[in-house]
Amino acid sequence: MSVVNVQLGQCGNQVGHELFDILCSDAQEGKKEYSTVSRERFFHRTSHGELEARAVLVDMEPKVIRQSLSKAAKTGRWRYGEGSHFSQKQGSGNNWANGFCVHGPRLRDVVEEMVRREVERCDRLSGLMVIMSVAGGTGSGVGTYVTQCLRDTYPKSFIVNHLTWPYGTGEVIVQNYNSVLTLAHLYKLSDGILVHENDMVHRICSQLLNIKHISFCDVNSVIAQQLASILQPALTADSHGVYSRNPLGIDWQVHPCAGLERPRSLTGPSFNTSLANLLILRGKDVFSAETGGFEDPALYTSWLLPEAAFNLWKSPMPFKYEKSATLVSNSQALLRPLDNMVGKAWNMFASRAYVHQYVKFGISEEDFLDSFTSLEQVISSYSQLG
Amino acid sequence: MTQSVVVQVGQCGNQVGCRFWDLALREHAHVNKVSLFTSDGGACGVGGRIQHLKARAVLVDMEEGVVNKILQGALREVFDSSQLLTDVSGSGNNWAVGHMMYGTAYREQIVDKLRKAAEHCDCLQCFFLIHSMGGGTGSGLGTRVLNLLKEEFPDVCRIVTAIYPSVEDDVITSPYNSILAMRELTEHADCVLPVENQSLVEIVNKIKHMSNDGKPGSVIKRDSTVISGQGGLSRTEKPFDAMNNIVANLLLNITSSARFEGSLNMDLNEISMNLVPFPRLHYLVPSLTPLYTLADVSIPSRRLDQMFSDAFSKDHQLIQADPKHSLYLACALIVRGNVQVSDLRRNIERLKPSLPFVSWNQEGWKTGLCSVPPVGHCHSLLALANNTCVKPTFMELRQRFTKLYRKKAHLHHYLHVDGMEQSFFSEAVNSLSSLIEEYHHLDATKGRLLPDAPRFGIAS
Ligand SMILES: Nc1nc2c(ncn2[C@@H]2O[C@H](COP(=O)(O)OP(=O)(O)OP(=O)(O)O)[C@@H](O)[C@H]2O)c(=O)[nH]1
Ligand SMILES: Nc1nc2c(ncn2[C@@H]2O[C@H](COP(=O)(O)OP(=O)(O)OP(=O)(O)O)[C@@H](O)[C@H]2O)c(=O)[nH]1
Ligand SMILES: [Mg+2]
Ligand SMILES: [Mg+2]
Repeated sequence: MSVVNVQLGQCGNQVGHELFDILCSDAQEGKKEYSTVSRERFFHRTSHGELEARAVLVDMEPKVIRQSLSKAAKTGRWRYGEGSHFSQKQGSGNNWANGFCVHGPRLRDVVEEMVRREVERCDRLSGLMVIMSVAGGTGSGVGTYVTQCLRDTYPKSFIVNHLTWPYGTGEVIVQNYNSVLTLAHLYKLSDGILVHENDMVHRICSQLLNIKHISFCDVNSVIAQQLASILQPALTADSHGVYSRNPLGIDWQVHPCAGLERPRSLTGPSFNTSLANLLILRGKDVFSAETGGFEDPALYTSWLLPEAAFNLWKSPMPFKYEKSATLVSNSQALLRPLDNMVGKAWNMFASRAYVHQYVKFGISEEDFLDSFTSLEQVISSYSQLG
Repeated sequence: MTQSVVVQVGQCGNQVGCRFWDLALREHAHVNKVSLFTSDGGACGVGGRIQHLKARAVLVDMEEGVVNKILQGALREVFDSSQLLTDVSGSGNNWAVGHMMYGTAYREQIVDKLRKAAEHCDCLQCFFLIHSMGGGTGSGLGTRVLNLLKEEFPDVCRIVTAIYPSVEDDVITSPYNSILAMRELTEHADCVLPVENQSLVEIVNKIKHMSNDGKPGSVIKRDSTVISGQGGLSRTEKPFDAMNNIVANLLLNITSSARFEGSLNMDLNEISMNLVPFPRLHYLVPSLTPLYTLADVSIPSRRLDQMFSDAFSKDHQLIQADPKHSLYLACALIVRGNVQVSDLRRNIERLKPSLPFVSWNQEGWKTGLCSVPPVGHCHSLLALANNTCVKPTFMELRQRFTKLYRKKAHLHHYLHVDGMEQSFFSEAVNSLSSLIEEYHHLDATKGRLLPDAPRFGIAS
């Protein structure tokens, strides 16, 4: 089973490159079976025996794509496909509307064709992953548009978006608008949204890794590592000792059990109520690791049984470290940052500041209002979990 | 790679423009010499050796003197005659003559030259229009060119560098011309970078004073780009040259991202997107630091932080204004040289508490990093502030206008011109008044802690 990736904008192309690089070198070190499964997922072999990433690269300006292509080629281990990238001459100028309404429709055919070619190269498609930031114009705007096209073309396929959330300040002044528009749309299109916050990852770099002058390279390598650890082969509950062939294959939808209403735990209000958690253990001792704590009912909403809400994947193959654990949590963890983002955007919108820049390209005040409404709904739903 | 075209109109526009080309060529040569980067030059459209470079520019003046002098000077190789448009008699410091008379007469020719310049670009991103506000050609025909750009190239960004007259300006009608031109700038430009001659004079004097000071340790480096054109093509310094160098540096910095590499690019189309929250409020106050480099280069880190502090001080602004005591709507920092993202973040954090930002844009910072510093500097900073501090400049201008207009002084010179009507004056001053009013409204929110806008309630 394979995953086709679409990487968009500067961030998407930089993070995407880092991801493939880690996937490739990890698989190289792994055992035969692990390695075969991983290879099949993310790479295909050309007739000359070279590894080519199952990826489509899109940006509105050429520079970043050029760098990603040449950096990949220089590794000598893998590369991007010849005809799998598309760029134009100038970026979307940090304007979501420019990306979504202007550039998106213009490049629709080209991108769909490139994706189709990648999909046809897969024996079996397990899903599509779209990698982008939410703050700029291209990743966020074009990325949202492309996700929408993919949804139309592959209505049954699993689509995951990997999003990089902006730093609190300093780069794009309209970042909260771009984020709100992106999230409100993706919420309706995507099967799962994986989020990395730049501020959080930055803190990992400074506090845990002790890096002095932190660059995007450092940040991206942390993001790519976490992402790769989610995506690399693992043994799942129902895979009976062979590496699950479907990396995106858990049922990410949450189904409430009828009639279940557990009494709240008595330990006081929960700090971060989860809908569902996925824990991935890699390396030494994974089979004897104690994970009972993750099944504490206090962690979950009252209308879900912990055993339904908790998934555990394991692989004895060490990933980067002797032992590692990766947690993917559908919980209230993002509630505060999301609420902040929407709040700041809403304050700006109350003065109608910058709105004309979006109207110019075809996004109206109504569109903004719709987006705010859907995100307020999401915020409200998550708030009520705990 | 995207390109920009410079359109320089009138005496001031052309003189400033030429300082820009001179310094841009020097920068290009310098960078290539130390072979940091082999460039085909982006904005200046250069490639190979200087002899073979052509400026992406259109030069317009309604007299011949200034342009002829350029053609006799060291820059003659950079332009060819198809890029020039001149007449013989000038606009006589009369906006109406420039805008109406010459604007109509030369319309086709101007459009033709603009199109030709555009054809040489494979992705035209931005027009840089340079002109004074006080004379007739720059203010009148310059703003007519602005309208033509909007008509012909609606998708290409228009950034205007406008030189405002000082109070003692020798052009008596400069308040008329400025106000008439302002209306056009307010309605048709994407961004305006206002520069006041008074501020340029003060900065030049301060630098002179510093260099004559003679204190040990405060010896100013001769070759730094802001104060001198040394190392450029033209040797002799004419009046206005020192002032125009400062404006040229503003343009060098703003285009640096398009000309050189950097770890954090700021595309030209991102400037208006990030800095212009309301369509008419697109006046971005520039400040430039450092204005000179000392020969002694010890304590570099303090210097770096000093550079950031200076960008917000009154005496580094290119107009007579005090941004710190007014209200920021948004602010961009365009940094060149050996500066890290962490330096940027540290300085923003340090300065933020002392800078009032409008309540809905508390984090209104946009930053760009270009790795190639200006010649003779190790780093430089251009700040562009969308700040209500432009208001006093505009109010003073309006006052000078009203003083003349009340007496109907010189009006007949304008009304003689075909197509010019008296209503243009009142409409122009009304346009300015409502602009001032808009800034005023924002100013009034300063210091008041506005409550967050009430959010949508979701029925559960
Ligand atoms: N983690 C990480 N974040 C990045 C990187 N590059 C950019 N960003 C973030 O992405 C946001 C800016 O979006 P970009 O991806 O640069 O923009 P774009 O999609 O290319 O869109 P335009 O340039 O506006 O056309 C900011 O929040 C940056 O912090 C990267 O390499 N890694
Ligand atoms: N900074 C600067 N200001 C200039 C320069 N030349 C003229 N000025 C100012 O510009 C205003 C006069 O406008 P000019 O540009 O000379 O006039 P013009 O556009 O050629 O128009 P006409 O001469 O009327 O045809 C006055 O305020 C001058 O102080 C210059 O080279 N640099
Ligand atoms: Mg980009
Ligand atoms: Mg003149």
